[in-house]
Amino acid sequence: MARVAAVTGNEAVAEALRQINPDVCAAYPITPQTELMQRFSSFVANGKVDTEIILVESEHSAMSACVGAAAAGGRVATATCGPGLALMWEMLYVASGMRLPIVMAVVNRSLSAPLNIHGDHSDAMGARDSGWIQLWSENAQEAYDNTIQAFRIAEHLDIRLPVMVCMDGFIISHSIARIDYLEDDPVKNFVADYKSVYPLLDLDNPKSFGPLILTDKYHEYKRAQHEVMTRVKDVVLTVASDFEKMSGRKYELFETYRLDDAEIGIVILNSAAGTAKDVVDSFRERGVKAGLLKPRLFRPFPYEEYAQALQRLKAVAVLDRSDSFGGYGPVFMEICSALYPLAQRPAAVNKIYGLGGRDFLPQHAAEVFAELEEIARTGRVKTTKEYIGVKE
Amino acid sequence: MGETVEIRWHGRGGQGTVTAAKVLADTCLAGGRHVQAFPEYGPERAGAPLRAYNRISSRELRMHCPVLKPQVVTVVDASLLESIDVTEGAVDDAVFIVNTAKEPGEIRAKLKAKPGQRVVTVDATRIAMESIGRAIPNSPMLGAVCRVTQIVSLEHLLEDIEKSFGKKFARKIIDGNLAATRRGYEEVKEG
Repeated sequence: MARVAAVTGNEAVAEALRQINPDVCAAYPITPQTELMQRFSSFVANGKVDTEIILVESEHSAMSACVGAAAAGGRVATATCGPGLALMWEMLYVASGMRLPIVMAVVNRSLSAPLNIHGDHSDAMGARDSGWIQLWSENAQEAYDNTIQAFRIAEHLDIRLPVMVCMDGFIISHSIARIDYLEDDPVKNFVADYKSVYPLLDLDNPKSFGPLILTDKYHEYKRAQHEVMTRVKDVVLTVASDFEKMSGRKYELFETYRLDDAEIGIVILNSAAGTAKDVVDSFRERGVKAGLLKPRLFRPFPYEEYAQALQRLKAVAVLDRSDSFGGYGPVFMEICSALYPLAQRPAAVNKIYGLGGRDFLPQHAAEVFAELEEIARTGRVKTTKEYIGVKE
Repeated sequence: MGETVEIRWHGRGGQGTVTAAKVLADTCLAGGRHVQAFPEYGPERAGAPLRAYNRISSRELRMHCPVLKPQVVTVVDASLLESIDVTEGAVDDAVFIVNTAKEPGEIRAKLKAKPGQRVVTVDATRIAMESIGRAIPNSPMLGAVCRVTQIVSLEHLLEDIEKSFGKKFARKIIDGNLAATRRGYEEVKEG
């Protein structure tokens, strides 16, 4: 029997962590992630979990402690957002380079300056090359489900890699919505007992982590990291299939919405995808063949699958909630790379929206679809990259 | 009301407006419905104007943005009527629920409500003072919302308030809030 509740996104992810009961959690508070760790700390304080919680003096230390605990042989989780993730930067690469299956909730927040605490994907996009797997979540339900799946993915013996589970700051982290929780026992059985590999605390078999490797083997080491990333998508799909058997909820590499026969489409991450789906419906009611694709697995990026899903479109708009200043938005760059090998490919435009928590409204999605109709009709793109929802 | 009800709350920091939206969402889970409750986040200061929102639907709620066309507008602090256009975007058959000692007719004129729109009042601050001893009008406002929208039964709402407040407050405060909710439900005036 599932339990239905009305909770915030932060509360939902904290509940997943309670059910999983990791060995160690090292974290530092930062808005809008604070509520997540505050709730999990309450579970620790009230004896609901036996996790050892390590309170540290910064996010750099939080990730360092997670790296140490994971190398020692523990199941490890943490959470952060925005500038906190940016401060972890150095240690993110250490976690992935040492192949430590740490799971981290990232409550997406903008980066300073100017100081802003709201929802924005600049944090996780800045970490996209760090060797972490990234799962993105539209709502609290997906953040909860992805967190549970993340442990199985991270710890899978074919890969052993750290995973970030992303959800939008405030828009999801602080909004109350209905969620269907799973019972504790099925979740515990699903993630199963943690099997550590080469634990440092196995003192009879001493070993080294993170040694100095210079020009002789570093290049090969990094190729090995690339190769293990190519195996991730199969693991993600296997875990999703097992999760569906348990929960009845289906997850794939990405979600498509009314895309099969679509002529125009939007690619968009996280909460804004929900709003855009309602707009897809209103265009469909008018007879316009509109569709949507919402990425779930952004790292590694499954290029061929994306190309296949989008190839029949006449025009596609990729919406980014972060910018690569002087370049295109990060999701747009990936989608274009995926489409380039196709002989026939849709015209593509990039829209930057919602920075620093600017509301993404149905009218914004409608304006993009209207422009896509025009591009599909004429085949002409006026501006490749453009900010939308701007106050003039 | 249709299959999706959208509510916009106007209040001031410290009046329990956000809590009211959260309690309403929790209560409306009954019957397998989908719910949302979320405030507009800014610098949080007592007395500063704030907005909060609810969506309640038999269908999955995918919209993740503020309510732009509310069917219900709840004004927890009538002084906001002087500084904010609470009618903005309200649908043609919207209902306004205003915390005031004034008559609904007077508020209707002030709001310039359209002919199809309903205006109801409840003296929620006085009820709160008499029931709880503090000017926190959220419970009587919840009672009024329950009465006007029929979105959930009063009994169910009272049970849920007992459950939500039971974790945090002393018995006396819980009983005061239950009485205040019931009076808010009963003392709604329409005109």
